[in-house]
Amino acid sequence: MLNYIIRRALYVIPIGLGVTVLVFALVHMSPGDPLSAVVPPDAPEEMVQELRKAYGFDKPLPVQYFTWLGRVLTGDLGVSVARGREVVEELRIAVPNTFILAAGGTLLGFTLGAMLGGVAGYFQGRWIDKLATSVAITGVSVPHYWLGLVLVIIFSVEMNALPSFGMGPGGSTAWAWDAEHMRHLVLPVITLAVIPMGLITRTVRATVAEILNQEFVHALHAKGLLQRQVLAHVVRNAAPTTLAVMGLQLGYLLGGSILVETVFQWPGTGSLLNSAIFERDLPLLQGTILVLAMFFVLLNLIVDVVQSAIDPRMSRR
Amino acid sequence: MKSKGRQTLRSLAVAAAAAVLLAGTGPARAAGGELRVGMTAADIPLSWGQPDQGFEGFRFMGLMLYDALINWDMSSADKASGLIPGLAESWSVGEEDKTKWTFKLRQGVKFHDGSDFDADAVLWNFDRLFDKDAPQYSARMASLVNFRIPSIVYDAATNTKGWKKVDSHTVEFTTKSPDSFFPYQICYILLSSPAQFDAVGGDWNKFAQSPSGTGPWKLVQIVPRERAEFVPFKEHWDPTRQPKLDKVITIPIPDPNARTAALLSGQVDWIEAPAPDAIPRLKQQDMVISSNLYPHVWSWHLSRVEGSPWNDVRVRKAANLAIDRDGIVSLLGGYAVKASGHVSPADPWYGAPGFELRYDPDAARALMAEAGYGPDNPVKVKMMISASGSGQMLPLPMNEYMQQNLAEIGIEVEFEVMEWQSLLDRWRAGAKAEQAQGAHGINVSYTTQDPYSSFTRFLRCDLHAPAGVNWGYHCDEEMDVLLNNASLAFDPAERDGWLAKVHTREVDNALFLWVVHDVAPRAMTKQVKGFVQARNWFQSLTPVYME
Repeated sequence: MLNYIIRRALYVIPIGLGVTVLVFALVHMSPGDPLSAVVPPDAPEEMVQELRKAYGFDKPLPVQYFTWLGRVLTGDLGVSVARGREVVEELRIAVPNTFILAAGGTLLGFTLGAMLGGVAGYFQGRWIDKLATSVAITGVSVPHYWLGLVLVIIFSVEMNALPSFGMGPGGSTAWAWDAEHMRHLVLPVITLAVIPMGLITRTVRATVAEILNQEFVHALHAKGLLQRQVLAHVVRNAAPTTLAVMGLQLGYLLGGSILVETVFQWPGTGSLLNSAIFERDLPLLQGTILVLAMFFVLLNLIVDVVQSAIDPRMSRR
Repeated sequence: MKSKGRQTLRSLAVAAAAAVLLAGTGPARAAGGELRVGMTAADIPLSWGQPDQGFEGFRFMGLMLYDALINWDMSSADKASGLIPGLAESWSVGEEDKTKWTFKLRQGVKFHDGSDFDADAVLWNFDRLFDKDAPQYSARMASLVNFRIPSIVYDAATNTKGWKKVDSHTVEFTTKSPDSFFPYQICYILLSSPAQFDAVGGDWNKFAQSPSGTGPWKLVQIVPRERAEFVPFKEHWDPTRQPKLDKVITIPIPDPNARTAALLSGQVDWIEAPAPDAIPRLKQQDMVISSNLYPHVWSWHLSRVEGSPWNDVRVRKAANLAIDRDGIVSLLGGYAVKASGHVSPADPWYGAPGFELRYDPDAARALMAEAGYGPDNPVKVKMMISASGSGQMLPLPMNEYMQQNLAEIGIEVEFEVMEWQSLLDRWRAGAKAEQAQGAHGINVSYTTQDPYSSFTRFLRCDLHAPAGVNWGYHCDEEMDVLLNNASLAFDPAERDGWLAKVHTREVDNALFLWVVHDVAPRAMTKQVKGFVQARNWFQSLTPVYME
């Protein structure tokens, strides 16, 4: 088990390096000048060149990459071209905000998904299964952006019941876990939760239904185990698959949703990426994508380790 | 039961009395109130002096925190907004040498940090923008504004500077050649506090967190991408610009639907640029829509490179006669004014053009026939347009409307639609550049706030790429003479007279395809009072209060 964890942890190093190459290449392959969004169109060419030099964009790409990588290894993600702020500082503000939203989305999406999926799988083919499956398909199919706007129109504009944007009257710096601020969480969390809810419902349903048809379940019944004891075995057997899907979904949620955060003006990593893309702010874009990608890598590591703890066959593979 | 009811009544009465007493003894509600503004920008504009985010950055950051030597008059909604004394009480050009400008500075002016404003502060601020050896030099800040002051002398090789201290409250500027537009250039240079720069360790990023200018507002909080909070600077030198509000909070909400929802749900009190189709709904909800003509023009900038069909003045005039501007104004919900030139007839630079931009498809067809074109032999043009962008209004439906209008007279338009920044890249590159891909025109809306922005940069022969944004390579020596005469006329009336001649010639030769002027609609709750929407890209929040 320990060997497996060490081996799996060591994989993070080449994966991380691969991620830096990919992030850098993708960002630099995208069309457009990194300075065009920050320099007014009337600015003379020599001024643009001066800035290009100041930000190091005049150097060959491999040199830029290794310079950036060198800084990244020391924890320096550079400075945002558009805003002049440290990328690390931008992420320090944005990441916790996204985590708050992700926590809400995880709680709602995973709980509903597990419940609906479990019920649908257990009552496969019955009306309740059809209802849960319909909810799941709707959840997976509804576009985030559209749902967010509709919720805003209904609950903010028409009913005036919930705020339409932001993290509260004082913004993220004044965030508190009180009713006033929680009201700001309601609509974005619902919007964010629908996709993971749908995916987890479908995964759990399929897994539970499959396990219920396996011979060992009949054997457990035959041994005279109570229904809840049988279900405990089913849940344990369904856990690895569900956990893998939940891990991926948690990764997506922690990565921040550009669409949800943009619709609700939530100042998280999704918003940050949105600004960076529109302003072609390469250091900010690179830094944010890298950090989010590493979250994903680390989360997968954790999920793999937990999976192997639940299912020892995993670590033997 | 009865007794319990009486007890409840008594409790309620006591509670009500306590509430009344508390209300009476509590702190009095401040007179001005708090205004929350939803901006169109995606982030809080840079707060260190020269703002980014275009003119919205000037409006909701630059001119709130800072003053220039010359300010814009934003006190009237009824007349074109002109220049007024700012941190300079007066300015004059040399009698003999018209390249020398003397600025007499205002006495007793303080920066927000309490330090004095004087001639040294002015020189320090110009060094900040030009002198690469100065510790306060900022290439980023320079890139945001230096192009707006092209006349000033600066030679890095010899360290020759066009700014000089005469005494503690007098500064002399030198321009490369006589240029009467210089006051219009100096009004964009906003002056930051040297003392505060030193206090924050000579770091502009730290300065941006706690900036100090001489403007009527002080910044008390800035949260990136979320909000900026301003309170009045009670020691501001101009008592007529003392803010009435207690606090202004600016919030970036780039999506127009999100801005509208924020206003309707009571999270902001004021939004910039509501979508035209949202305005009826806003009115229905008792929101106030403020709008006014301002120096903006929405047009097609035409290519004059060899082979462009726009080289034929008859085609240019025909296109101008083919556009149903009333229809486009309706498309915009009435929130636009038909263009009759590059500037509006209310502008002192309008002049007396003989060519009237009316909707006359028959006359347009006749001109096309005269030029050898018609339905069987249409002119084919390719236009670069954006799907959105600052000042672009509703570019897709507006351009499609024009496409239909022009098809009716035998001009077939093909669009190259791109993202706003890509369009600006191509605009800067000019019509001959590879990026232009042979396009015959570009749709970028323009400010017409000052003579250089309005005319010179598009019309002077030498200002094509990379020297400037004469995108279409227009060149007319007679126009250059008129522009030169305008920049040599130091009497404002005489200068305006020459600019009127420039505009007259521009319209009579149909150098652009002009469509509408924006009227900058903004929506606010009924509680917002006192706002005077000046005919300017910039606005003042100092007279605003909450009822």
